[in-house]
Amino acid sequence: MKIGITVNGTAQEHEVEPRTLLVQYLREACGLTGTKVGCDTSSCGACTVLLDGESVKSCTMFAAQADGSAVTTIEGLADGDQWHPVQQAFHEHHGLQCGYCTAGMVMAAVSLLDEIPNPTEREVRIGIEGNLCRCTGYHNIVESVLAAAEQMQGGSR
Amino acid sequence: MIPAAFDYVRAESADDAVVQLAEHGDDAKLLAGGMSLIPLMKLRLATPTVLVDLGRVHDLSYIRDAGDHIAIGALTRHRDVETDDLLARECGVIRAVAAQVGDNQVRHRGTIGGSVAHGDPASDLPAALLALDATFVVQRPGGQHEIAAADFFRGFLETALEPDELLTEIRVPKTGPNGFAFEKFNRRAQDFATVGVVAARTNGATHVALINMGSTPLRAGGVEAALAQGASPADAAAHAAEGTEPVSDLNATPEYREHLARVLVRRALEAI
Repeated sequence: MKIGITVNGTAQEHEVEPRTLLVQYLREACGLTGTKVGCDTSSCGACTVLLDGESVKSCTMFAAQADGSAVTTIEGLADGDQWHPVQQAFHEHHGLQCGYCTAGMVMAAVSLLDEIPNPTEREVRIGIEGNLCRCTGYHNIVESVLAAAEQMQGGSR
Repeated sequence: MIPAAFDYVRAESADDAVVQLAEHGDDAKLLAGGMSLIPLMKLRLATPTVLVDLGRVHDLSYIRDAGDHIAIGALTRHRDVETDDLLARECGVIRAVAAQVGDNQVRHRGTIGGSVAHGDPASDLPAALLALDATFVVQRPGGQHEIAAADFFRGFLETALEPDELLTEIRVPKTGPNGFAFEKFNRRAQDFATVGVVAARTNGATHVALINMGSTPLRAGGVEAALAQGASPADAAAHAAEGTEPVSDLNATPEYREHLARVLVRRALEAI
Protein backbone atom coordinates (compact mmCIF):
# COMPACT_ATOMS: atom_id res chain seq x y z
CA MET A 1 0.00 0.00 0.00
CA LYS A 2 1.09 3.58 -0.59
CA ILE A 3 1.47 5.86 2.42
CA GLY A 4 2.37 9.52 2.79
CA ILE A 5 3.99 10.73 5.99
CA THR A 6 5.61 14.09 6.68
CA VAL A 7 8.88 13.06 8.30
CA ASN A 8 10.86 15.83 9.96
CA GLY A 9 9.05 18.42 7.86
CA THR A 10 9.54 16.67 4.51
CA ALA A 11 6.64 14.97 2.75
CA GLN A 12 7.54 11.34 1.99
CA GLU A 13 5.69 8.75 -0.05
CA HIS A 14 6.51 5.08 0.07
CA GLU A 15 5.06 1.75 -0.91
CA VAL A 16 4.98 -0.43 2.22
CA GLU A 17 3.58 -3.72 3.40
CA PRO A 18 0.71 -3.16 5.85
CA ARG A 19 2.66 -5.00 8.54
CA THR A 20 5.59 -2.57 8.33
CA LEU A 21 6.18 -1.09 11.78
CA LEU A 22 6.68 2.65 11.99
CA VAL A 23 10.19 2.19 13.40
CA GLN A 24 11.09 -0.12 10.51
CA TYR A 25 9.71 2.42 8.06
CA LEU A 26 11.73 5.25 9.59
CA ARG A 27 14.98 3.28 9.76
CA GLU A 28 14.73 1.29 6.52
CA ALA A 29 12.58 3.30 4.11
CA CYS A 30 13.64 6.77 5.30
CA GLY A 31 17.18 5.85 6.38
CA LEU A 32 16.74 7.59 9.73
CA THR A 33 18.59 5.29 12.10
CA GLY A 34 18.67 7.67 15.06
CA THR A 35 15.49 5.99 16.31
CA LYS A 36 16.54 2.77 18.03
CA VAL A 37 14.85 -0.57 18.49
CA GLY A 38 15.43 -1.68 22.06
CA CYS A 39 13.05 -4.23 23.56
CA ASP A 40 10.72 -4.41 20.53
CA THR A 41 7.84 -4.99 22.98
CA SER A 42 6.77 -1.40 23.78
CA SER A 43 8.43 -1.51 27.19
CA CYS A 44 11.70 0.39 26.84
CA GLY A 45 10.84 3.53 24.87
CA ALA A 46 14.08 3.60 22.83
CA CYS A 47 11.95 3.86 19.67
CA THR A 48 9.99 6.92 20.88
CA VAL A 49 9.17 9.47 18.17
CA LEU A 50 6.63 12.29 17.96
CA LEU A 51 3.42 11.62 16.04
CA ASP A 52 1.69 14.93 15.40
CA GLY A 53 3.70 16.30 18.33
CA GLU A 54 2.97 13.53 20.85
CA SER A 55 5.33 10.80 22.00
CA VAL A 56 4.56 7.30 20.72
CA LYS A 57 6.47 4.02 20.63
CA SER A 58 7.23 3.45 16.97
CA CYS A 59 7.81 -0.30 17.46
CA THR A 60 4.15 -0.70 18.42
CA MET A 61 2.51 1.12 15.56
CA PHE A 62 2.13 0.31 11.90
CA ALA A 63 3.48 2.84 9.41
CA ALA A 64 0.04 2.65 7.79
CA GLN A 65 -1.49 4.16 10.93
CA ALA A 66 0.73 7.22 10.52
CA ASP A 67 -0.41 7.77 6.91
CA GLY A 68 -1.31 11.46 6.60
CA SER A 69 0.41 12.43 9.86
CA ALA A 70 3.60 14.24 10.77
CA VAL A 71 6.40 12.31 12.45
CA THR A 72 9.40 13.89 14.15
CA THR A 73 12.49 11.82 14.94
CA ILE A 74 15.65 12.78 16.80
CA GLU A 75 17.14 13.86 13.44
CA GLY A 76 14.40 16.45 13.02
CA LEU A 77 14.70 18.11 16.40
CA ALA A 78 17.58 20.54 15.85
CA ASP A 79 17.05 23.79 13.95
CA GLY A 80 20.01 23.68 11.57
CA ASP A 81 23.12 23.91 13.74
CA GLN A 82 21.05 24.96 16.73
CA TRP A 83 20.25 22.03 18.99
CA HIS A 84 16.84 21.75 20.57
CA PRO A 85 17.00 22.91 24.21
CA VAL A 86 16.41 19.31 25.37
CA GLN A 87 19.36 18.08 23.27
CA GLN A 88 21.51 20.93 24.60
CA ALA A 89 20.54 20.11 28.18
CA PHE A 90 21.32 16.39 27.77
CA HIS A 91 24.74 17.44 26.43
CA GLU A 92 25.50 19.91 29.21
CA HIS A 93 24.19 17.77 32.09
CA HIS A 94 25.56 14.50 30.71
CA GLY A 95 22.10 12.96 30.47
CA LEU A 96 23.44 9.74 28.98
CA GLN A 97 25.87 6.95 29.60
CA CYS A 98 26.00 4.39 26.77
CA GLY A 99 23.60 6.50 24.70
CA TYR A 100 21.29 3.78 23.42
CA CYS A 101 18.18 5.09 25.18
CA THR A 102 19.05 8.74 24.53
CA ALA A 103 17.12 9.42 21.33
CA GLY A 104 13.96 7.98 22.87
CA MET A 105 14.55 9.79 26.16
CA VAL A 106 14.97 13.11 24.36
CA MET A 107 11.81 12.63 22.30
CA ALA A 108 9.81 11.56 25.38
CA ALA A 109 11.13 14.64 27.21
CA VAL A 110 10.15 16.99 24.37
CA SER A 111 6.60 15.61 24.45
CA LEU A 112 6.48 15.79 28.25
CA LEU A 113 7.59 19.43 28.31
CA ASP A 114 4.99 20.25 25.69
CA GLU A 115 2.30 18.88 28.02
CA ILE A 116 3.86 20.04 31.32
CA PRO A 117 6.14 23.02 30.53
CA ASN A 118 7.33 23.50 34.09
CA PRO A 119 7.38 20.05 35.70
CA THR A 120 8.50 19.10 39.18
CA GLU A 121 11.22 16.47 39.54
CA ARG A 122 8.51 13.94 40.40
CA GLU A 123 6.52 14.84 37.30
CA VAL A 124 9.64 14.33 35.18
CA ARG A 125 10.30 10.93 36.76
CA ILE A 126 6.70 9.85 36.16
CA GLY A 127 6.68 11.44 32.71
CA ILE A 128 9.60 9.33 31.48
CA GLU A 129 8.40 6.09 33.08
CA GLY A 130 7.97 4.63 29.60
CA ASN A 131 11.69 4.96 28.87
CA LEU A 132 14.22 2.60 30.36
CA CYS A 133 17.94 3.35 30.78
CA ARG A 134 19.79 0.10 31.25
CA CYS A 135 22.80 2.07 32.53
CA THR A 136 20.41 3.37 35.23
CA GLY A 137 21.60 6.88 34.45
CA TYR A 138 18.31 8.43 35.46
CA HIS A 139 19.74 11.05 37.80
CA ASN A 140 21.37 13.10 35.07
CA ILE A 141 18.53 12.45 32.65
CA VAL A 142 16.09 13.99 35.12
CA GLU A 143 18.51 16.89 35.72
CA SER A 144 18.70 17.42 31.96
CA VAL A 145 14.94 17.52 31.51
CA LEU A 146 14.54 19.97 34.40
CA ALA A 147 17.30 22.17 32.98
CA ALA A 148 15.68 22.10 29.55
CA ALA A 149 12.36 23.12 31.07
CA GLU A 150 14.00 26.07 32.75
CA GLN A 151 15.75 27.07 29.55
CA MET A 152 12.55 26.79 27.52
CA GLN A 153 10.71 28.88 30.11
CA GLY A 154 13.27 31.65 29.49
CA GLY A 155 15.25 31.11 32.69
CA SER A 156 19.00 30.93 32.95
CA ARG A 157 21.08 28.03 34.11
CA MET B 1 9.53 -9.00 15.60
CA ILE B 2 7.33 -8.65 12.55
CA PRO B 3 3.67 -9.69 12.55
CA ALA B 4 2.29 -12.17 10.05
CA ALA B 5 1.07 -10.54 6.83
CA PHE B 6 -2.46 -9.16 6.76
CA ASP B 7 -4.69 -7.03 4.57
CA TYR B 8 -5.21 -3.52 5.88
CA VAL B 9 -8.60 -1.84 5.62
CA ARG B 10 -9.37 1.62 6.92
CA ALA B 11 -12.87 2.14 8.30
CA GLU B 12 -14.33 5.54 7.48
CA SER B 13 -17.09 5.38 10.10
CA ALA B 14 -18.56 3.10 12.75
CA ASP B 15 -21.12 1.85 10.21
CA ASP B 16 -18.35 1.15 7.73
CA ALA B 17 -16.37 -0.77 10.37
CA VAL B 18 -19.34 -3.04 11.03
CA VAL B 19 -19.79 -3.61 7.29
CA GLN B 20 -16.11 -4.49 6.96
CA LEU B 21 -16.34 -6.92 9.89
CA ALA B 22 -19.39 -8.58 8.36
CA GLU B 23 -17.57 -8.93 5.05
CA HIS B 24 -14.37 -10.40 6.43
CA GLY B 25 -15.81 -12.52 9.23
CA ASP B 26 -13.85 -14.24 11.95
CA ASP B 27 -10.48 -13.55 10.33
CA ALA B 28 -10.77 -9.79 10.79
CA LYS B 29 -9.75 -7.82 13.87
CA LEU B 30 -10.49 -4.23 14.73
CA LEU B 31 -7.45 -2.01 15.32
CA ALA B 32 -7.95 0.95 17.65
CA GLY B 33 -4.81 2.29 19.36
CA GLY B 34 -3.11 -1.08 18.93
CA MET B 35 -1.42 -1.03 22.32
CA SER B 36 -2.62 -4.56 23.12
CA LEU B 37 -3.24 -6.04 19.68
CA ILE B 38 0.04 -5.09 18.00
CA PRO B 39 2.24 -6.72 20.69
CA LEU B 40 0.13 -9.89 20.35
CA MET B 41 0.52 -9.77 16.57
CA LYS B 42 4.28 -9.27 16.86
CA LEU B 43 4.48 -12.38 19.05
CA ARG B 44 2.18 -14.07 16.51
CA LEU B 45 -0.22 -14.97 19.28
CA ALA B 46 -2.76 -13.11 17.13
CA THR B 47 -2.67 -13.60 13.35
CA PRO B 48 -5.68 -11.81 11.86
CA THR B 49 -5.72 -11.87 8.08
CA VAL B 50 -7.57 -8.55 7.88
CA LEU B 51 -7.08 -5.51 10.12
CA VAL B 52 -9.85 -2.94 10.12
CA ASP B 53 -8.19 0.28 11.32
CA LEU B 54 -10.51 2.54 13.33
CA GLY B 55 -7.96 5.35 13.47
CA ARG B 56 -10.02 7.67 11.27
CA VAL B 57 -13.34 7.11 13.02
CA HIS B 58 -13.05 10.38 14.91
CA ASP B 59 -16.73 10.59 15.83
CA LEU B 60 -16.23 7.82 18.40
CA SER B 61 -13.86 10.01 20.40
CA TYR B 62 -15.86 12.10 22.89
CA ILE B 63 -16.75 12.54 26.56
CA ARG B 64 -20.28 13.90 27.07
CA ASP B 65 -22.72 14.61 29.84
CA ALA B 66 -25.73 12.46 28.93
CA GLY B 67 -27.99 13.43 31.83
CA ASP B 68 -27.95 10.50 34.24
CA HIS B 69 -24.55 9.24 33.06
CA ILE B 70 -21.35 10.24 31.30
CA ALA B 71 -20.93 8.84 27.78
CA ILE B 72 -17.39 8.08 26.63
CA GLY B 73 -16.77 7.24 22.97
CA ALA B 74 -14.97 3.93 22.57
CA LEU B 75 -12.09 5.52 20.64
CA THR B 76 -11.35 8.12 23.33
CA ARG B 77 -7.67 7.86 24.18
CA HIS B 78 -6.46 7.30 27.73
CA ARG B 79 -4.73 10.70 27.57
CA ASP B 80 -8.05 12.40 26.82
CA VAL B 81 -9.78 10.53 29.65
CA GLU B 82 -7.11 11.34 32.23
CA THR B 83 -7.16 15.08 31.41
CA ASP B 84 -10.91 15.58 31.00
CA ASP B 85 -12.56 18.25 33.18
CA LEU B 86 -16.06 16.77 32.97
CA LEU B 87 -14.81 13.42 34.27
CA ALA B 88 -12.88 15.21 37.02
CA ARG B 89 -16.19 16.51 38.35
CA GLU B 90 -18.51 13.64 37.53
CA CYS B 91 -16.50 10.41 37.61
CA GLY B 92 -13.07 11.03 39.09
CA VAL B 93 -12.27 7.35 39.44
CA ILE B 94 -12.16 6.66 35.72
CA ARG B 95 -9.86 9.61 35.15
CA ALA B 96 -7.50 8.52 37.92
CA VAL B 97 -7.36 4.93 36.66
CA ALA B 98 -6.76 5.99 33.04
CA ALA B 99 -3.82 8.10 34.25
CA GLN B 100 -2.02 4.96 35.42
CA VAL B 101 -2.42 2.87 32.29
CA GLY B 102 1.00 2.05 30.82
CA ASP B 103 3.04 5.18 30.24
CA ASN B 104 2.68 8.48 28.37
CA GLN B 105 3.43 6.93 25.00
CA VAL B 106 0.86 4.19 25.56
CA ARG B 107 -1.76 6.68 26.78
CA HIS B 108 -1.23 8.81 23.67
CA ARG B 109 -2.36 5.88 21.52
CA GLY B 110 -4.44 3.48 23.60
CA THR B 111 -8.22 3.85 23.79
CA ILE B 112 -10.75 3.02 26.49
CA GLY B 113 -12.80 0.92 24.07
CA GLY B 114 -9.75 -0.98 22.94
CA SER B 115 -8.90 -1.81 26.53
CA VAL B 116 -12.45 -3.00 27.23
CA ALA B 117 -12.77 -5.04 24.03
CA HIS B 118 -9.39 -6.68 24.62
CA GLY B 119 -10.69 -7.93 27.97
CA ASP B 120 -7.35 -8.42 29.69
CA PRO B 121 -7.82 -9.29 33.38
CA ALA B 122 -4.54 -7.49 34.12
CA SER B 123 -5.79 -4.19 32.64
CA ASP B 124 -6.91 -1.41 34.94
CA LEU B 125 -9.87 0.10 33.08
CA PRO B 126 -12.00 -3.05 32.69
CA ALA B 127 -11.92 -3.56 36.47
CA ALA B 128 -12.73 0.10 37.12
CA LEU B 129 -15.70 -0.10 34.75
CA LEU B 130 -16.84 -3.30 36.44
CA ALA B 131 -16.74 -1.53 39.83
CA LEU B 132 -18.79 1.31 38.35
CA ASP B 133 -21.47 -0.98 36.88
CA ALA B 134 -20.73 0.65 33.53
CA THR B 135 -22.78 -0.08 30.43
CA PHE B 136 -21.23 -0.85 27.05
CA VAL B 137 -22.99 0.12 23.82
CA VAL B 138 -22.38 -2.25 20.95
CA GLN B 139 -23.12 -1.76 17.27
CA ARG B 140 -23.79 -4.63 14.92
CA PRO B 141 -25.33 -5.00 11.47
CA GLY B 142 -28.87 -3.67 11.74
CA GLY B 143 -28.78 -2.08 15.15
CA GLN B 144 -27.19 -1.55 18.52
CA HIS B 145 -27.61 -3.00 21.98
CA GLU B 146 -26.30 -2.53 25.48
CA ILE B 147 -24.32 -4.94 27.63
CA ALA B 148 -23.80 -4.50 31.37
CA ALA B 149 -20.17 -4.65 32.49
CA ALA B 150 -21.09 -7.53 34.81
CA ASP B 151 -22.11 -9.60 31.75
CA PHE B 152 -19.32 -8.50 29.43
CA PHE B 153 -16.10 -10.19 30.54
CA ARG B 154 -16.43 -13.92 29.83
CA GLY B 155 -12.92 -15.37 30.04
CA PHE B 156 -9.25 -14.64 29.40
CA LEU B 157 -9.23 -12.07 26.55
CA GLU B 158 -12.80 -13.15 25.85
CA THR B 159 -15.81 -10.82 25.97
CA ALA B 160 -19.47 -10.85 25.05
CA LEU B 161 -18.64 -9.09 21.77
CA GLU B 162 -19.49 -11.14 18.68
CA PRO B 163 -17.03 -11.13 15.75
CA ASP B 164 -19.27 -8.73 13.78
CA GLU B 165 -19.80 -6.29 16.65
CA LEU B 166 -18.15 -2.96 17.43
CA LEU B 167 -18.02 -1.41 20.90
CA THR B 168 -19.02 2.22 20.37
CA GLU B 169 -19.64 3.79 23.78
CA ILE B 170 -18.93 3.32 27.48
CA ARG B 171 -21.48 4.75 29.94
CA VAL B 172 -20.38 5.46 33.49
CA PRO B 173 -22.50 6.73 36.40
CA LYS B 174 -22.00 10.16 37.92
CA THR B 175 -20.11 9.17 41.06
CA GLY B 176 -18.54 12.57 41.64
CA PRO B 177 -14.94 13.74 41.88
CA ASN B 178 -14.04 11.60 44.92
CA GLY B 179 -15.36 8.51 46.67
CA PHE B 180 -12.90 6.05 45.19
CA ALA B 181 -9.52 4.46 45.80
CA PHE B 182 -7.17 2.83 43.31
CA GLU B 183 -4.34 0.60 44.50
CA LYS B 184 -2.00 -0.75 41.85
CA PHE B 185 0.93 -2.93 42.85
CA ASN B 186 3.66 -3.49 40.30
CA ARG B 187 7.43 -3.77 40.15
CA ARG B 188 8.07 -1.11 37.54
CA ALA B 189 5.99 2.03 37.12
CA GLN B 190 4.83 1.21 33.57
CA ASP B 191 4.00 -2.45 34.20
CA PHE B 192 0.62 -4.08 34.35
CA ALA B 193 -0.62 -4.52 37.91
CA THR B 194 0.66 -7.64 39.66
CA VAL B 195 -2.59 -7.13 41.54
CA GLY B 196 -4.78 -4.04 41.56
CA VAL B 197 -7.89 -2.90 43.37
CA VAL B 198 -10.50 -0.31 42.43
CA ALA B 199 -12.96 0.66 45.16
CA ALA B 200 -15.72 3.09 44.26
CA ARG B 201 -18.85 4.33 45.96
CA THR B 202 -21.49 3.60 43.34
CA ASN B 203 -25.26 3.90 43.68
CA GLY B 204 -25.02 4.13 47.48
CA ALA B 205 -22.79 1.09 48.01
CA THR B 206 -19.06 0.48 48.00
CA HIS B 207 -18.06 -1.62 45.02
CA VAL B 208 -14.70 -3.36 44.90
CA ALA B 209 -13.11 -4.78 41.74
CA LEU B 210 -9.92 -6.81 41.45
CA ILE B 211 -7.29 -6.60 38.70
CA ASN B 212 -5.30 -9.70 37.72
CA MET B 213 -6.93 -12.07 40.20
CA GLY B 214 -8.45 -14.48 37.67
CA SER B 215 -9.20 -14.95 34.00
CA THR B 216 -11.43 -11.85 33.96
CA PRO B 217 -11.66 -8.67 36.01
CA LEU B 218 -13.58 -9.63 39.12
CA ARG B 219 -15.87 -8.06 41.71
CA ALA B 220 -14.85 -8.90 45.27
CA GLY B 221 -18.27 -10.18 46.27
CA GLY B 222 -17.25 -11.31 49.74
CA VAL B 223 -15.78 -7.92 50.53
CA GLU B 224 -18.85 -6.08 49.28
CA ALA B 225 -21.19 -8.32 51.27
CA ALA B 226 -19.15 -7.81 54.45
CA LEU B 227 -19.17 -4.04 53.94
CA ALA B 228 -22.93 -4.07 53.41
CA GLN B 229 -23.24 -5.74 56.82
CA GLY B 230 -21.12 -3.04 58.42
CA ALA B 231 -17.73 -4.77 58.58
CA SER B 232 -14.62 -2.68 59.15
CA PRO B 233 -12.18 -2.24 56.25
CA ALA B 234 -9.78 -4.76 57.80
CA ASP B 235 -12.50 -7.35 58.41
CA ALA B 236 -14.03 -6.88 54.96
CA ALA B 237 -10.61 -7.06 53.27
CA ALA B 238 -10.03 -10.51 54.76
CA HIS B 239 -12.56 -11.77 52.16
CA ALA B 240 -10.66 -10.24 49.19
CA ALA B 241 -9.29 -13.48 47.73
CA GLU B 242 -12.55 -15.45 48.01
CA GLY B 243 -13.68 -16.81 44.68
CA THR B 244 -10.53 -15.72 42.87
CA GLU B 245 -8.23 -17.88 40.75
CA PRO B 246 -5.02 -15.90 40.34
CA VAL B 247 -2.35 -17.18 37.98
CA SER B 248 1.27 -17.95 38.72
CA ASP B 249 3.81 -16.06 36.66
CA LEU B 250 7.25 -14.47 36.93
CA ASN B 251 5.93 -11.71 39.18
CA ALA B 252 3.92 -13.64 41.74
CA THR B 253 2.61 -16.99 42.92
CA PRO B 254 -1.16 -17.40 43.42
CA GLU B 255 -0.66 -17.31 47.20
CA TYR B 256 1.23 -14.03 46.97
CA ARG B 257 -1.46 -12.55 44.75
CA GLU B 258 -4.12 -13.56 47.30
CA HIS B 259 -2.08 -11.86 50.01
CA LEU B 260 -1.71 -8.74 47.86
CA ALA B 261 -5.46 -8.67 47.20
CA ARG B 262 -6.22 -8.66 50.93
CA VAL B 263 -3.63 -5.97 51.67
CA LEU B 264 -4.58 -3.74 48.74
CA VAL B 265 -8.32 -4.04 49.42
CA ARG B 266 -7.71 -3.02 53.04
CA ARG B 267 -5.65 -0.03 51.91
CA ALA B 268 -8.29 0.95 49.37
CA LEU B 269 -11.12 0.70 51.90
CA GLU B 270 -9.16 2.72 54.42
CA ALA B 271 -8.42 5.40 51.83
CA ILE B 272 -11.84 5.73 50.23
